Amino acid sequence: MAIKVRIPTPLQKLTGNQGEIDAKGVTVNEVLADLEKQFPGIKGRLYDEKGALRRFINFYVNNEDIRFLKGETTPIKEGDELSIVPAIAGGVGVTGR
Amino acid sequence: MKIESLLEAVGKTPLVPIRHIGQEIKALHSGQVKIYAKLEYFNPGGSVKDRPAARMVQEGIRSGQLTKDKTILDATSGNTGIAYAWIGAALGYKVELVMPENVSLQRKEMILACGAKITYSSPMEGSDGAIRLVKKIAENKKDYFFPDQYNNPMNPQAHYDSTGVEIWEETKGQITHFVAGIGTSGTIMGTGRRLKTFNKKIQIIAVEPNDPLHGLEGLKHMASAIVPGIYKEKELDDKFQMATEPAYEICQRLAREEGLVVGHSSGAAMLAALKIAETLKEGLIVALFPDHGSRYLGHS
Ligand SMILES: Cc1ncc(COP(=O)(O)O)c(C=O)c1O
Repeated sequence: MAIKVRIPTPLQKLTGNQGEIDAKGVTVNEVLADLEKQFPGIKGRLYDEKGALRRFINFYVNNEDIRFLKGETTPIKEGDELSIVPAIAGGVGVTGR
Repeated sequence: MKIESLLEAVGKTPLVPIRHIGQEIKALHSGQVKIYAKLEYFNPGGSVKDRPAARMVQEGIRSGQLTKDKTILDATSGNTGIAYAWIGAALGYKVELVMPENVSLQRKEMILACGAKITYSSPMEGSDGAIRLVKKIAENKKDYFFPDQYNNPMNPQAHYDSTGVEIWEETKGQITHFVAGIGTSGTIMGTGRRLKTFNKKIQIIAVEPNDPLHGLEGLKHMASAIVPGIYKEKELDDKFQMATEPAYEICQRLAREEGLVVGHSSGAAMLAALKIAETLKEGLIVALFPDHGSRYLGHS
């Protein structure tokens, strides 16, 4: 099943300049693992040395910050959208204002 | 202190010694090497960007390009926007800013509080997205005054005329190294250029993120970003690349061990200052701290 993943400009070198990628998985972790399979090297940019998602990158499932859901284990289903958004000054979100 | 206009309160910020962090470095412990921080959060708008914003607006008025019927328009990731917003309100000009949608709520609210308008660019494209969008908005429109902070010589000039002189005088000419992050590069270019006129041996060292994907707000990874017109890499003596996480960690230490609550780009400058200190027998390093840490609170 396909999840649409939105890739920020600074990572598009790794995805062949694509801003949207289809990936598989039933949790955020699984979708990101599938992304790594498609584009080796991307995982190291998203996770720190300790294996946690980097603090300065925000992940949204359909515009909901996964920090307020279940973090890396947030469930995700076909048709959902996962956005990877670098935090700017503690950016509050894709839609937050 | 009585002043006639809030713009007179821009600049003349404190320069304070770092007293506790880095004591494991011999030359710092013995006092042969010293690190000082220039605290730009003392500006009225809370950041270093008050200096260039005030200068660009004043120059616009002086040259006749900015008149009361026009709106000040520029791209910003936050601090310059806050500066334009309060300066515009103080002087009676309308302000419109283009910034990435994922800029923090605090920043947006400060700008809106001053009555400025915000147009959002894509959160996926960072500050370069805002630069591209502002150019489209400014194109062929006569009702805007577009200072274009990335290409306006008055941006570094503000630092040439203020920051550079202040640091030279405050250190009584003892400064040997100047360290600052690069965003538009106005700070490092203007301050560096002025310090070199006083003593060309002073080392000018820039700090940038080590990766295009980073969390050092206000800084640009030059190799992957739209390079500002005012940026002249040749004039730098060195450039350090910093990772985001260590910069976040040193910010915590600056707060706990020095009482300095500063933004992440200040942390990156502090890390560079410590690296330089390790290589010196004697010297006086000045690191510029662009803004206050309260702008980043609420960040997980
Ligand atoms: C927090 C912060 N740090 C550093 C900088 C970089 O300063 P400059 O644009 O003078 O290079 C900025 C500029 O926007 C900033 O907002």
